[in-house]
Amino acid sequence: MKKLINAADDVVADALHGVEAAHGDRFRVTYDPFVVIRADAPVKGKVGLISGGGSGHEPMHGGFVGPGMLDAACPGEVFTSPTPDQMAAATKAVDGGAGVIHIVKNYTGDVMNFDMAAELGKSDEIEVETILTNDDVAVEDSLYTAGRRGVGVTVLVEKICGGAADDGRDLHQVAELGRRVNAQGRSMGMALTPCITPASGEPSFELADDEVEIGIGIHGEPGRFREKLGPASQVAERLMGPILEDLPFASGDRVLAFVNGMGGTPLLELYIMYAEVAKIAAEHGLTIERNLIGNYITSLEMQGCSITLLRLDDEFIRYWDAPVNTPGLRWGA
Amino acid sequence: MPIDRDHALAWMQRFADEMAEHRQELVRLDTAIGDGDHGTNMNRGMQKALEKLAASEQADPGAVLKTVAMALISSVGGAAGPLYGTLLLQMGTALSGQAEIDQAVFVVAWRKGLEGVKARGKAELGDKTMIDALTPAIDALERAADLPAGLQAAVGAAEQGMNATTPLVARKGRASYLGDRSAGHQDPGATSTYYLFKSAAETLAA
Repeated sequence: MKKLINAADDVVADALHGVEAAHGDRFRVTYDPFVVIRADAPVKGKVGLISGGGSGHEPMHGGFVGPGMLDAACPGEVFTSPTPDQMAAATKAVDGGAGVIHIVKNYTGDVMNFDMAAELGKSDEIEVETILTNDDVAVEDSLYTAGRRGVGVTVLVEKICGGAADDGRDLHQVAELGRRVNAQGRSMGMALTPCITPASGEPSFELADDEVEIGIGIHGEPGRFREKLGPASQVAERLMGPILEDLPFASGDRVLAFVNGMGGTPLLELYIMYAEVAKIAAEHGLTIERNLIGNYITSLEMQGCSITLLRLDDEFIRYWDAPVNTPGLRWGA
Repeated sequence: MPIDRDHALAWMQRFADEMAEHRQELVRLDTAIGDGDHGTNMNRGMQKALEKLAASEQADPGAVLKTVAMALISSVGGAAGPLYGTLLLQMGTALSGQAEIDQAVFVVAWRKGLEGVKARGKAELGDKTMIDALTPAIDALERAADLPAGLQAAVGAAEQGMNATTPLVARKGRASYLGDRSAGHQDPGATSTYYLFKSAAETLAA
């Protein structure tokens, strides 16, 4: 394993020192517990938005803290959900009197820790709503699994809810909007290589040189199946097929198409994938009205990508287009 | 001999040692079917727990377990933090204010802890989780003639329960994403639970 680190146990704290050094003008960073908070929080009268999750997915979530998106983020250890203390501290820091929304990706640990944070927070008299994202069609949603994972749609929920909160929508409206975005979005990912966590130093799974893993999660979890690597057009079919079938998307739908890199794949290849996605979308009669291409929800140095399609309506578009000013996403501001 | 505060402290120290010693083993098990952080997280949490135990006086065994629970909840994260935190918090609450604990009271505390874990994780016996080691171990502790025999029997039962997770298909946690591919791997949570009972037998029977 070769990594640009000082010590495996210190990666989160060391990276946060870098974040603070780079963005100290826009963030407050606390180290006990780890929380990244926008400098002007709490914003009086605005619904506060927080999220959190394991580290190793940057820029999610810390890179999405700022006007128009999140008010605070709770980074856990690498691939490990943060603790209730972090969430409670973040909730308190961003409550501007209009309540706070927790955006939680559906993973066992994340859900349990956010549940415990909500239980601890009850006495603080801050009204909290939770949006659970679970858009990964690679996981069978049944009694026999922990349910679908929250992946790409999380970025879209954070952006659209951020726009709505800025627009003065109330706690329940923003929470309902976020749940609607989650319900209208579907994702699936694949890997060309595994990733290596600093703590284990070992690849998360083994793949032959000519194989790909289809249906991976964002923590190096193995996926649905593996097969010989084909051309990008074939990989795009493998991911788009289950996504289109699941919602299902129908001819005439307006969509946002999000091609996300897992951290180790160059933009050159992500644009090749986007071309294939656009072609398949057109064949199915979908109109791509908005897009996002780049590394936004990553899995350390994993090579691969995920595709997210979100069925759009005018409200989603309005808040997607609203100004945002964060290190990870910035437009109109 | 009943369990007193010093027993409980020795138990937690021994469990922390086991987590440090078996960190890589737990990471390997978790890498196969999860995300590879279980050993690292449990080790970090128990080291934090030892710091907290050293920093203040613990009145009784229940207080020891509650202190460890709070340290795990606030430092581990993942699924293990809330689950082990809930287990020990429920046990500590059940034992609250009692200087000495006999076999029957200890069994009641474990049952409270197990209920808490089931509620927190929404899991049942056979889902390939720590519950598969906890359940038979508590049953064995309850059936035995006395506490030392019960602790010995519990270790054996926890080990059997841990081994029995290998062929199971996971229904909870990240391992459940693998479906049938999770079979053939021993569950890391059941494994750390086996070490919890092993530490108990080595320290509480004296």
